[in-house]
Parts: sequence; C-alpha cells; structure tokens
Amino acid sequence: MSNVPSDLRYAKSHEWLRVQGDTGTVGITDHAQHELTDVVFVELPAAGRALKAGEACAVVESVKTASDIYAPVGGVVTAVNPAVVANPALVNTAPHGEGWLFQLKLAAPAEVPALLDAAAYRQLIGEG
Amino acid sequence: MLKRTSLFAAHQLLGGRLVEFGGWEMPVQYTSITEEHLAVRQAAGLFDIAHMGEFSVTGPGATAFLNHTLTNNVNRLDAGQGQYTLLCNERGGVVDDLYAYRLAADDYLLIVNASRIEADWDWLQGQVDLCPAHDGFQLSDRSEETGAVAVQGPRVAAFINQAVPGGSISGTMVPHVTDLKKNQIGGFVFQGIPIYIGRTGYTGEDGFELVVPATVTEAVWNALLAAGRPFGLKPAGLGARDTLRTEMCYPLYGHELDEETTPIEAGLGHFVALDKGDFVGRATLAEQKAGGVRQRCVAFRMTDKSAPPRPHYPIWSTGATAAAIGEVTSGTQSPSLGAGVGMGYVPADLARPGTEIAVEIRGRRAPAVIVAKPIYRPPAPTVAAKVS
Repeated sequence: MSNVPSDLRYAKSHEWLRVQGDTGTVGITDHAQHELTDVVFVELPAAGRALKAGEACAVVESVKTASDIYAPVGGVVTAVNPAVVANPALVNTAPHGEGWLFQLKLAAPAEVPALLDAAAYRQLIGEG
Repeated sequence: MLKRTSLFAAHQLLGGRLVEFGGWEMPVQYTSITEEHLAVRQAAGLFDIAHMGEFSVTGPGATAFLNHTLTNNVNRLDAGQGQYTLLCNERGGVVDDLYAYRLAADDYLLIVNASRIEADWDWLQGQVDLCPAHDGFQLSDRSEETGAVAVQGPRVAAFINQAVPGGSISGTMVPHVTDLKKNQIGGFVFQGIPIYIGRTGYTGEDGFELVVPATVTEAVWNALLAAGRPFGLKPAGLGARDTLRTEMCYPLYGHELDEETTPIEAGLGHFVALDKGDFVGRATLAEQKAGGVRQRCVAFRMTDKSAPPRPHYPIWSTGATAAAIGEVTSGTQSPSLGAGVGMGYVPADLARPGTEIAVEIRGRRAPAVIVAKPIYRPPAPTVAAKVS
C-alpha cells in the first residue's frame, strides 16, 4: 500500500502539493516513486520561472526512463530542493519529505481545490 | 495479444512488473533494477529468457549450411562448444546476432533474439536453396516447445550443482555442471528430463544458460531459486539484463545492430571468419575489414554529473567546429559505476578512446568521453570460483 498523506493535494499525473499560505511545495507521490524505482537524476525548474498548471517543468529519471513532472497548479518557482539534486534517491526514500522538488508562489489559490484529495488519489491508484 | 513464457505465473507470484518486449510480456524488474543488477555483479541473478528463439540444424549438411549463412566458423567448434556469431544479409547488414552451439558433429542449436525469430526463420529458409550444399540438413524452429533461463553471477558456481546434480550425458562430458568451461555446453538430466546447459551469458559475469523443454521451465526456475537464495540469488528482470549488457558493451539487436549495420562497424570483427571461405555478406565485410569503415560503434561515459544518456540522443563533437556526429544506441545510468554510460555510432576518425564528445540531453550538450570496451570490467574470478 502506498503512503497517501491526508494533508496533501494530488494531481492525476502523480505530483503532490502541500499548501502553506500562498506557497505550494511540490513532489512526486509515494506511488509514483514506487513505480519509477531507483531515481538517479532530477532536473528542476529555474527559480523565478512562471509555471502554468499542468506545464511540464521538471524531469525525474530512473535507471530505465525519464519522466516529466507537471506543475499541479500555476505559480512562480521560489525555491528548488538542492538536497534532491545532490541525492536523487531522496525521491525514493522520502517522497513526501526530504525528497520534495520545488516550491512556488501560487498564482491562483482557487486552483488548489480542483486537485484530488487523499481519498480520491487513493482511488485513482487503485488503492481506494 | 502479447505472448507469455511458461514462467508468467512465477513472475506474477514474485511481484514482477510486466512490460512488452519484442511481442512478449516480460518482467522488467521485480524489486529494483539497481538491486537486481548489483545482485548479479556481487552474487547471482536469475533471468527468464524463454522468449528467445531456438532453431535446430541437423544432418551431414548442417555445418556447410551454417558456415554459408553465419559469419563465424562453426568448424572451430568441437561437439559441446558454442560461439557468438552473426547472421548477415548480402550487404553485410546484420539480420540477427546469436549463439551457435554444436551439440554433436551434425547437430547444432541456435539461440536467436525473440524479436527476430520470424525474420531469422524466413531468412534462413530463403538461404536453403542458395547454399552451395543445399541438402543433407534439416532446419527446425523449436522456439514454441523450448524454454530457457539464465543464471548469472560470481556465486552461481557455488549452488548450480545442487539444482542440477549429476554429470552430462551429451555434448561436453563432465562430472558436474560446474566442470563446464566458458562456451561449453552439455546435456544434463533434470528430474528425469534431458536439458542443455551452456556456460555463457549476457552479463559479463560467470554463469550458465539452461535450455529446457517448456514443460519443465518453471521447475528448473524454482530449483535454481531454491538452491541460490542462500547465496544471494535474486530473480532479475530485463531492466537489469539491459544495464548489465550495456556495461559490458554487448550489442542488443535493434539498438547497436540492424540490417543496415555491419558487424565490422559494430566492432564485432572478431566474430567474422573471413578465412573460412565464402559466406553471405563476405564481400562487404572483407572490404570493410581491409579498407576500414565510415562509422564505428563506440562506448562512452558521461564526464560530469548529468541525466543518463538514452537511445536516440544526438552525439556531438566538441570544440570550435562542434557538430552532431551520431546518435546514442544504448544508454543508461550504470549501477556499477554510478555514472551515465552508453554506446553509439560516430565517424571512424572520431572513435578513438579518450576522444571528448557531448551527448545532447533535452537540448543541452553534456560532456562525455569515448572509453575502451567494456565500460565495466568485472573483477577476476576468486580462487574458489576457479576451483569449482
């Protein structure tokens, strides 16, 4: 069973979003890291880049494949996680914690409720 | 509808992630490609290779037919020996790469790529009438009724005799499986059923391939798993098989090899026996061996931290006149080296090890260097492994 924390919101493309004030933190879900396995490289968006909801903005690479990561909501990138660049395996070991990818300043907080909650995401991955 | 090997249920039970490969539904991994890869490098791994094709060529004309169609010289094989070889078209392009085992004087077993079974069969059928000695042999496709598994890694010799006890009954005659030397094959008896075991593989490690009736593939798989688990044996998927062979620079059909590419360009000239007389493709291959080739398959390693190279990424030269010079054919993150590695074709004058190149990854050029093959060299076998 995948870990699906209830305080996060989820995109159908398997990113999670943690909202604190007008800042959102983005990572990939436990389910996604389990599907990918062996993350060996991450490429993150530049700070200051403006992202639209659903825009491909990062790449997570396993031994076998490169997977695009999409912005779950729109916003301007305010920070990227240097620890995950140095140690991509954090995506596997702590997908909802130290393995976060980037933060953005939300452009339209109204986009957040359109994302899945934990129960809906569990259903999406067949663990509902 | 994808084809399934007789190990399909075993893969499901082991939690294998099944993907399409060459028309087959095969496990890409069970736990993690890196874990399975390192198990093979440090202990042992067990692979389902039952999707591969098996042809039998028998009869007094078999040797002449195979020396007409294959690039290597089967006359160099004693009964009970095998060799890597290639099937080429008239232009010297590769129809397939394969293993040819001489089971007895007039009895050969060919192990061909799963994705090429039909193409090989059609090609060989077409060659029957063109062969100077075109009778006295029978060609049969045994792929449907034949299964195969590979067990690979430095610790395999410590347990394989437990899974298949006893000596050989045909081929190379030995008292135990582990008495086979590299590239030797013997017929053994597994639970009353005759099977073949060859000491070869696709990983660079010591190991064996077992070619068995499809009806006993699962029993053989389970016996090897049970005997090997205490020695660190893990089931390993196609993902690890690919990273292992890439580190060794073993070609994969459809990546390094196709009908427009010759063995000489691929760096496989060692397996082209020009001295054996005429054979299909010889004229082009002789010309290339003597006069050189325009492009060559090279191995490379990324020099800085970068995303792993992947097939079809452009390869660039460096410096003021930097230009796109080729394409990656195989690429991955090497679990043994922790670096991006790969192979690709570049112009022959840029193929020397030490040459700096760049690999274009998502529009940016990442530095790399051409290295000697293999990219990774397993340590020499331990004394214990030599004795067994």
